[in-house]
Amino acid sequence: MSGGLTFQETVLRLKQYWSDRGCIIQEPYDVEVGAGTMAPETFLRVLGPDPYRVAYVQPSRRPADGRYGENPNRLYKHQQLQVILKPSPADVIDLYLGSLTAIGIDLGKHDIKFEEDNWEAPTLGAWGIGWQVMLDGLEISQFTYFQQCGGFDLDLIPAELTYGLERIVAFLQNVDSVYDIVWAPGFLYKDVRLKDEQQFSKYNFELADVDMLWQLFALHEKECQRLTKLAGVVLPAYDQVLKCSHIFNLLDSRGAISVTERVGVIGRVRRLALGVAGAWMAEIGATKNEAVA
Amino acid sequence: MNYLPFLLEIGTEEIPDWMIDSARDELRRGFETLTKDYAISGAITVDATPRRLVLRVPGIVESTPEMTSVTSGPYKSAGAGAAAGFAKKWGTTVDQLGFQPTPKGEQYLFTKRTQGLATSAYLARELPNLILKIQWPKTMVWNGKGTERFIRPIRWLVALLGDAVVPFEIGGVKSGNTTVGHRVLGKPLIPVTIQNFDSQLRANGVILSADERRDKIEAGITARIKPDPDLLHTLVYITEFPTPILGSFDPSYLDLPQEVLVTVMRHHQKYLSVEDGEGKLAPHFIAVMNTSADPDGLVRSGNERVLRARFNDARFFWDQDQKKKLEDRLEDLKKVTFQAKLGSYYEKTQRVVALTKELGGNERAALLCKCDLTTDMVKEFTDLQGIVGGLYARAQGEPEEVAKAIYDHYKPLSMEDEIPSTEAGRIVSLADKWDTLVECFKVGMSPTGSRDPFGLRRAAQGMVRIIVEGRVKFDFPGMSSELSEFMRDRVEYYFRDVRGFAYDEIRACMAARWTDLIDLEARLKRVQEVRRTPDFEPIAASFKRIKNILKQAQFSDSSFHAHLLEPGPELDLYNAMRSTDNLPLESRIGPLRTKVDLFFDKVLVNAPDPDIRRNRLALLQNLLTEFSTIADFSEIVTERQS
Repeated sequence: MSGGLTFQETVLRLKQYWSDRGCIIQEPYDVEVGAGTMAPETFLRVLGPDPYRVAYVQPSRRPADGRYGENPNRLYKHQQLQVILKPSPADVIDLYLGSLTAIGIDLGKHDIKFEEDNWEAPTLGAWGIGWQVMLDGLEISQFTYFQQCGGFDLDLIPAELTYGLERIVAFLQNVDSVYDIVWAPGFLYKDVRLKDEQQFSKYNFELADVDMLWQLFALHEKECQRLTKLAGVVLPAYDQVLKCSHIFNLLDSRGAISVTERVGVIGRVRRLALGVAGAWMAEIGATKNEAVA
Repeated sequence: MNYLPFLLEIGTEEIPDWMIDSARDELRRGFETLTKDYAISGAITVDATPRRLVLRVPGIVESTPEMTSVTSGPYKSAGAGAAAGFAKKWGTTVDQLGFQPTPKGEQYLFTKRTQGLATSAYLARELPNLILKIQWPKTMVWNGKGTERFIRPIRWLVALLGDAVVPFEIGGVKSGNTTVGHRVLGKPLIPVTIQNFDSQLRANGVILSADERRDKIEAGITARIKPDPDLLHTLVYITEFPTPILGSFDPSYLDLPQEVLVTVMRHHQKYLSVEDGEGKLAPHFIAVMNTSADPDGLVRSGNERVLRARFNDARFFWDQDQKKKLEDRLEDLKKVTFQAKLGSYYEKTQRVVALTKELGGNERAALLCKCDLTTDMVKEFTDLQGIVGGLYARAQGEPEEVAKAIYDHYKPLSMEDEIPSTEAGRIVSLADKWDTLVECFKVGMSPTGSRDPFGLRRAAQGMVRIIVEGRVKFDFPGMSSELSEFMRDRVEYYFRDVRGFAYDEIRACMAARWTDLIDLEARLKRVQEVRRTPDFEPIAASFKRIKNILKQAQFSDSSFHAHLLEPGPELDLYNAMRSTDNLPLESRIGPLRTKVDLFFDKVLVNAPDPDIRRNRLALLQNLLTEFSTIADFSEIVTERQS
């Protein structure tokens, strides 16, 4: 490492920065997700008319991206720092640039560009408009103005900032492999996470029991459908969506989903997500009406 | 009249580069329409960077002139009621009306005065609408559901007429006289006047003129680059203050295929490639920064590191991919979707192989052509599909013919692109494209209007070029009528817009038949040639006449009896037809022309005797049929018509 903050110091500074700007600092969501967007702190909180500001690190699992710890830039599980500013303030880009300064990037000595990159997650009925943020030619963040989520047009438009932490820190520490990042003084990224990558790559690609996964998918799907019909259990219902989504990703990395099945399975997850979003909206509406009455 | 300069700046967050040109044109046109009643001196200009659209007018009239219009009303003699009614209609009273003497007596008059409308007030009212109605490919809201839409959030507005602000508001942003500089090089709030606008922006790190940004990039490039106007255009529009820098990479990466290196640099990093004196790729690149300098070399070393990681990825992918041969990837294609409704690439491959076999092509190439879709290299660099397959095939010892055919089979990717360079490549390319067209049309995924999400027009156009320019026999087997219609259009387009044949020549030749494009091209050339001869126009006119006669008679029978032919022009025509039977079209026109003219001059087709009449029609039908093997000459537009 030649200069640059440690991995954990970078995380701490970003959390402090966003805390100072009115964000709730949440801990990672404790169900497997593919991206910070899927945590309920984003997926559900962006719905409805209530302002919200939150920041959290979300370990994001993408089984098919695993490379047994052998590729210097690709991980089965990477860490995203996710920020939601709802509604987005007019100076949101300046705030974002300020956060880069906070982690030691002197903007006067670097090249920052915002290049078009719109975001879409069909399984979540969600899309937004935005950019990838390029620092000296490296994509370091995704910046998205959410437009729709769970199939609903959003009342307030949130800005979602997603920092790819491994990339940013590897860049600032001037190392060519994420595994050589200094996580904490005396500990490298590989000391902390390499086993994780090796073992889960083996499991995800070779060992996960396909029959069991299909059964689990069906069970969680059924549970989600049951819960969505009941009052006051939207959050447990949403956990079931996340389970299904992750199992889908596992099946995919096992190569167990045929072409013809694929569209159908994505559709099943999407229906669950839209159902939960609808239930959440109904619940918000009900709370509002109670407050009025 | 007093003229004032006008300036409008729409300040936004970063607009995608490829949308800026058309938005700029639209803003200018919209403003011209908006101010059509206002005199303007000088040219309206619009400049743009990713963060601003700036419209300027050297002079616009301060207000529209005061207008008066006079309307005549009833005669005094019509009585008080009529006068009161007239006054009421114009919102006034009878005592405010004027008179004019006429031969029929005095007549009431109403004079309407319209105040001149101040330009400032007019613009203040109309500008929000002008700005918000600019068409973008994809718009967004930023102030919440149901609020104004634009390509990206509008963050500031400058609107000045002379020294005064034209006041309006969009989405909570009020127009004013302060602009915003470059994100890093400039200050956030800069008071401006129309006179100092450019210089203030420049002092704050913004070069407003795209031409000037382009010049600055070109002047700053110190190496010999591969010319790339499209990429240069992108770089001009993703920067407000562009500065090129030269970076390098380890020459050992030059072992990787040049195609891979260039794709990584161009598509993923927006770098210009550098060549050595012999036009070979050199281990350097040009990156264009959106800032003024790289004082510590951090930007250069950062970009070099990113590129190194990308190249390492590519090398890693290459090595990984070699562990599984293309052939062994066939099974994996079962999991790669061709189209949701059309199954997998495995199934597509089976069809393409069968068609390639029918066409006498290289089946091995067809079998392997889609296998690179499962490689890490193509998953990462999708633009390289086909190319990677070809390179791998070569590396894995497949015959050169197979490798080259796979490499080329997506070609041509545009009208300018080359067609596949080998016969084997052309046939696989045809089979692949034809399969896509047939299958997509089968499930109703045909292009509509300007929408063509599956690139079917490009595929069809590519086929036409491969067949004609690559001399491949192909007759479009098993076309539905919808697909036939679609292909006809593409063939017409090709011969008209690309090859420059006249529209009526194409129609004439295609009316005879069109699915053998090589034959069609040959006939087109003959018709084009023969059209220049003096006998052509008259005979084409005669054919039109023949066609009309047959049509009116609803006649299509061609059996006739030589013994019923009357001696004279009728028999002469018949004899001329028979004696020129074996001659090419070009030599028949001369002798036949005079006979046909004479026939129409002297012979009554609608003879009273029905047998004779039928026989004459049949003679004409035969003449028409014989010539129609080349073209339907009645489709040719003749002098007399035009």
